[in-house]
Amino acid sequence: MDTQTFLIAAIIKIALVAFLLLTGVAYTTWLERKIIGRIQNRWGPTRVGPFGLLQPLADGIKFILKEDMVPDNVHKGLYILAPMLALSMALISIAVIPFGETITVNGTQTALQITGVPQPGQPHPGDINIGLLIILGVTSIGVYGIALAGWSSNSKYALLGSLRASAQMISYELALGLSLVGVLILAGSFSLRAIVDSQAGAWFWHIPRWYIFPQLIAFFVYLMAAYAETNRIPFDLPEAETELVAGYHTEYSAMKFAMFFMAEYLNMITVSCIATLLFFGGWHGPLFGPPLLQSLLPVFWFAAKIFVFMFVYIWIRGTLPRFRYDQLMAFGWKFLLPLAIANIIVTSFIVAVWGHS
Amino acid sequence: MVPLSWYLVLSAILFALGISAFLIKRNIITIFMSIELMLNAVNLSFVAFANHWHKLSGQVFVFFVMVVAAAEAAVGLAIIIAVFRARETLNVDRVNLLKL
Amino acid sequence: MLHQVLFIVFGAICVAGAINLVAQRHPINSALSLVVVMGSLALIYLLLGAEFVAAVQVIVYAGAIMVLFVFVIMLLNAGAEERTQGSRIAVLIGGPGVAVLTGVIVWTVMRNSQQFGGVLIGSMVEQGQDNTHGIANLLFKDFLLPFEVTSVLILIAIMGAVVLAARKESV
Repeated sequence: MDTQTFLIAAIIKIALVAFLLLTGVAYTTWLERKIIGRIQNRWGPTRVGPFGLLQPLADGIKFILKEDMVPDNVHKGLYILAPMLALSMALISIAVIPFGETITVNGTQTALQITGVPQPGQPHPGDINIGLLIILGVTSIGVYGIALAGWSSNSKYALLGSLRASAQMISYELALGLSLVGVLILAGSFSLRAIVDSQAGAWFWHIPRWYIFPQLIAFFVYLMAAYAETNRIPFDLPEAETELVAGYHTEYSAMKFAMFFMAEYLNMITVSCIATLLFFGGWHGPLFGPPLLQSLLPVFWFAAKIFVFMFVYIWIRGTLPRFRYDQLMAFGWKFLLPLAIANIIVTSFIVAVWGHS
Repeated sequence: MVPLSWYLVLSAILFALGISAFLIKRNIITIFMSIELMLNAVNLSFVAFANHWHKLSGQVFVFFVMVVAAAEAAVGLAIIIAVFRARETLNVDRVNLLKL
Repeated sequence: MLHQVLFIVFGAICVAGAINLVAQRHPINSALSLVVVMGSLALIYLLLGAEFVAAVQVIVYAGAIMVLFVFVIMLLNAGAEERTQGSRIAVLIGGPGVAVLTGVIVWTVMRNSQQFGGVLIGSMVEQGQDNTHGIANLLFKDFLLPFEVTSVLILIAIMGAVVLAARKESV
C-alpha cells in the first residue's frame, strides 16, 4: 500500500468513524431520555420530530447558539483547555479500537480500525500490539480535563466535584486495570485483535468461547469500575446535583458544557467497546446469508453488543440510587480491588497448571 | 536515522533543567516535581542505551525506576500534607526549624 | 528523515515543557508542563522501539503520579510561589555547576558520537521478539528478586503514606 492510498483510506475511515460516533452520542442522549422517561412512567421527548427523534439536533443547535460565558476570576487558560482535553482524549481512545476484520475495497485491503496498516504475513492484520494499554493511557489522561475544570472554575462546588472525581478515578483505575489482567493472561496479548481472535469458535458446540464465562468475576469488577470511571450513577458523586449543583462543570455553559457532556457519553461508548472486545467476543457472531451480508454482519454484531451495554448503563441509571462517599471508597478499595487480585491469582494458577486452553 | 548522542544530549538537558528547578524553586511540591523530571531524564538514557545494545534490560530498569518514583510520590506527598498541616505553608524556607 | 523530524519536534516540546516548569510560578502550571514533558517522552520512547515502556510511562507517570500531584495541589489550595531568598549559595554555585556539568556531558557525548552509532525505527523489533513478552521474560526470570523487592517497597510506601497522611485523632 503506497502512501497516497494509505492517507486516503485513513481519512475516509476517520471521517466515517467520527460521524458515526458523534451521531451515536447524540442518539444515546435521546435513547437515555426516552428510556428513563418510560422507567419513570413519562413519555420523554415527543415534540421535535416523530418520537422526538430530532431532539438531539435541537439540543445541538441550542448548545451552539447559547452565549459562551467565561465567569470572572477563573483561571482562563485552564478553564478553556479543560473541556477540550476531556473531549479530545475521549475521541482519541476510539482510534485504536477494531470493529471488524479487514475489508478489501477496489483491491486495497484495509483494517476496520482507524490505526494500523495490514502487513502481509501479520497474524492479526493491522493491529498495534499495545492497543489496550493505549486506551488505558489515553483515558487516564482524560482525568485532567475533569480535575482542571473544577480547579480553574474558582467555585467551591466545582472544586469539590473535581476533588471527588480525581480521587474516585485514581481509586477505581486500579480495580479497572487489574480486572483486565485475567483476560490478558488467558489471551496472552495486549493486542485487541489477538484477544478477539482468541475468542472465536465455541465450547461444547454451542457456548461461544467468550471470556465472560471463565472471567465472570473479572467482568463484574470491570463493569463496576467502568461505571465509576465514567462518573455514572450509582457512582456519579462528582456531579451529584443534589449536593454539588452540577459538580465540576457547574461554571460551564454552551459549547464548553456540551464538550463535557459529549466526553462523558464517548467514554461510555469506549468502555462498552472494551467490554465487548474483551469479554463478549468482539465482532464474532453467527454469520449467514449472501457474501455482502456476511461481510457486514460482524460490524452489526459489534454495534449490537455495544448497544446492549449502553442500554444497561441507562437501565441502571433509572434504577439505582447514589452511593455515599465513604461507601464509594470502601467499595472500591475493600471489595473490588481484593476481588480483582483474587481473580488474577486463581486465573494465573489455573493457566500455570493446565496451560493455555 | 537519528544519532544516539542526540537522545543522550536531550537527556542531559532535561536532567540539568531538573537540577536547576530543584535549586531555584521554593515551593515544596515543585521541588518534588523537579525530582520526577530528573528521574525521567535518566529513564530516557536507559531506553536509549537499551536500543543501542539491543537488550531489553534497560527497559526493565526504567520499569523499576517508575515503581520507585511511584512509591516516592506517595510517601513524599503524604509528608507534604503532614508538613502543610503543621506549618500552613508550602515554602521550604519557612520549614526550617527541625521541630514542630 | 521522518525520524529526525519527529525527534526534533518532540525533543523541542520536552525541553520547552521543562523550561516552563522552571519559569512558572504557580505549581499547577509547573505540574501541567511536567505532564507535557512526560507525554512527549513517551512518544520519544516509541521512536526508540520501547512501546511497552511508552504506554506504562503514560499510564503510571502522566496518568497516576502526576494526577496525584495535581490532586494534592488542589487539596492544599496551593497559591503562587512566594519570592523568598532561599539558599543563595545553592543558586550561586549550583547555577554555574549545572552549566559546567551539562557542558561536559554534551561535549563528551558529542565527541564520541561516532561510536554510539544511530537509532533506526523498528530496530528493536527485528529480533523477532515481542517487546512486552521480552520484558515479561526478563522481569519474571532474570530480575525476579529485584521485582519482589520493589513489591515490598511499594507495600512499605503504602503503609508509610497512610500513617503520615492520617489525622492524629483517627489513628
